Amino acid sequence: MFLEKYDPLKNQMVQILDQDGNHKEDLLPKEMTDDVVKDLYEQMVFYRMCDKRMLKMQRTGRMGTFAPLEGQEAAQIGSEFAMKKTDWMVPAFRELAAMCAHGVPVETFFLFWRGNEIGSKYPKDVKVLPSSIPVGSQMLHAVGISLASKLRKEKDITVTYFGDGATSEGDFHEAMNFAGVFKTPTVFICQNNQYAISVPRSKQTASETIAQKAIAYGFPGVLVDGNDLFAMFAVTKEAAERARKGGGPTLIEAYTYRLADHTTADDSTKYRTQEEVDGWRKRDPLLRLQKYLFKKGAWTEKYEAALQENLLKKVDEITEKVEATADQTVDSMFDYLFAEPTQELLEQKAYLKKMLELENKK
Amino acid sequence: MANQVLTMVQAINMALKQEMARDSRVLVFGEDVGFEGGVFRVTEGLQKEFGPERCFDTPLAEAGIAGMSIGLAINGMRPVCEIQFSGFFFEAYSQMMCHASRMRNRTRGVLTVPMVLRMPYGGGIKALEHHSESMEAIMAHTQGLKVVIPSTPFDAKGLLIAAIRDGDPVIFMEPKRLYRAFKQEVPEEDYFIPIGRAAVIAEGSDVTLIAWGAMVRECYEAAAQAQKEGISCEVVDVRTISPLDHETILASVKKTGRAVVVHEAPRSYGPGAEISATISETLGGALKAPVQRVTGFDVIMPLLRTEDRYMPNPVRIMEAVKKVIA
Repeated sequence: MFLEKYDPLKNQMVQILDQDGNHKEDLLPKEMTDDVVKDLYEQMVFYRMCDKRMLKMQRTGRMGTFAPLEGQEAAQIGSEFAMKKTDWMVPAFRELAAMCAHGVPVETFFLFWRGNEIGSKYPKDVKVLPSSIPVGSQMLHAVGISLASKLRKEKDITVTYFGDGATSEGDFHEAMNFAGVFKTPTVFICQNNQYAISVPRSKQTASETIAQKAIAYGFPGVLVDGNDLFAMFAVTKEAAERARKGGGPTLIEAYTYRLADHTTADDSTKYRTQEEVDGWRKRDPLLRLQKYLFKKGAWTEKYEAALQENLLKKVDEITEKVEATADQTVDSMFDYLFAEPTQELLEQKAYLKKMLELENKK
Repeated sequence: MANQVLTMVQAINMALKQEMARDSRVLVFGEDVGFEGGVFRVTEGLQKEFGPERCFDTPLAEAGIAGMSIGLAINGMRPVCEIQFSGFFFEAYSQMMCHASRMRNRTRGVLTVPMVLRMPYGGGIKALEHHSESMEAIMAHTQGLKVVIPSTPFDAKGLLIAAIRDGDPVIFMEPKRLYRAFKQEVPEEDYFIPIGRAAVIAEGSDVTLIAWGAMVRECYEAAAQAQKEGISCEVVDVRTISPLDHETILASVKKTGRAVVVHEAPRSYGPGAEISATISETLGGALKAPVQRVTGFDVIMPLLRTEDRYMPNPVRIMEAVKKVIA
């Protein structure tokens, strides 16, 4: 229904919950009971807290460079909630909330960005690909994965995330084109957070919206308020159902904003004004959900304080576990190149072990 | 089962057909691969026999072909994709380098990419620009990729079957100069030649000629000529550029004490440098002469009229043989 009603060429944007916490009753998905909304709100608060913890750790040398999530929680949690656990997720590199909600343990996520390969291994039943750093390259994997599901006549779909900058990449075009031609069960979610590092969206493409690009590939594109949990859920659900029924791919443009820097190595004050950031702070996805819950009588300051306290404990525990995890072994540096190690790898491994022994003696 | 006398194109076709019949996860696709059966007819008849879901045409986009293959492989398929000419591989290289080669390591073995990327490569057929280069060193320098190059129809079938059954991404480079250059008896039954094993295809005692792809025949010819001059050449067909079979190469050079590496690829940083360094590091003082290389040049591949000047040939190989014997 959203896919047909909202024309990306007319810049029409799906919004169910506005920044003041007012919602459109007729569009509110039936799944969004107060309990569910509260649960999703708590997830969003939790992942923001995790994100902030990572930042704190990075600033004190306990975490590597990473891309903060702050501001994009609704785009990720809303869309993930529309997925089944058996669906595949193919993320970019800012998907802490989406990936962890889909089953990647937070400590695993932390470990990877801390620079420990132990965090490269997700549990076997978690259908999430690793964070993909070369911009836009992962979308093609989503097309391949979903084509395999389609060929085997399975009902799994694949959701892939990318940013506004990625839409300039050739791989974006090839992925969208292949998905259209093979009619794969793929949901493309562009988190348009307005900047690709310092380059604003307006300099990335002359298209009025990113959603409209889907039209050229022969499938629907829809512009969604990416800071609106309800809209993100509702539209992703429709796209997922469409894909599951054999209807093919959909492009969702989640119109959102990166409240933090591009990565911990970036300084966004160089290219955007405080005024602009403050404007978007008012549209914070957590804030509007808080207002909504308050109106429903499901949010109090006491509840928030207790929640923060509980989650902080959880994040502390995760941090402790992460920092207590030993680095990868010398063996595991060499053991995952091929199913069977080559002679050279075995020799290089033995050499490194010997050298490390020597170096440690000094 | 009987043997058939086949060209390399037919032998590869047979391997694809048999693997598709054996394993329903095997998919064959690429540009013009489906309906037409490929520009070299390597995939002829596959779509007809296995249907358009198993053998199909893709849009004209090499990164798309490679990237989609990665996804298919992650999700349980055995994609065998074709890049129409290796000159267009570089659009796909990023996918192979950034993802295919590292997915096993990146997930600690949870997700793997058992895919084969086939492509015709090399000079010698008077093709147009961008169709004759030999850039196997770039693939071999990429950690996590296997690089295989057959030199006969028999090997092409056996190596391709091994590549399809391999658990990791394999770049399968087909010397198009040999596609229809000669026929050979190829068994109908399924067999495979292990990846990572070179073969001594002619025994000799004075010097080891090391080559792969179309250069193997040049070495063979040079060896015959050397024989007339009383020099006994051993010829090693490397077959797998990466991982390189050190054992077979070193055993041969240890025996002969002399080595000439021959490749079509440009000289600098070519696989010959790696092979030569390996021999020197290991055998060093036991060598009777420094290792020689006969290679392509560090130039842009000449167009068809002067392509021959670029290609190593028996005359050049003989000169190198004489140099190491002297």
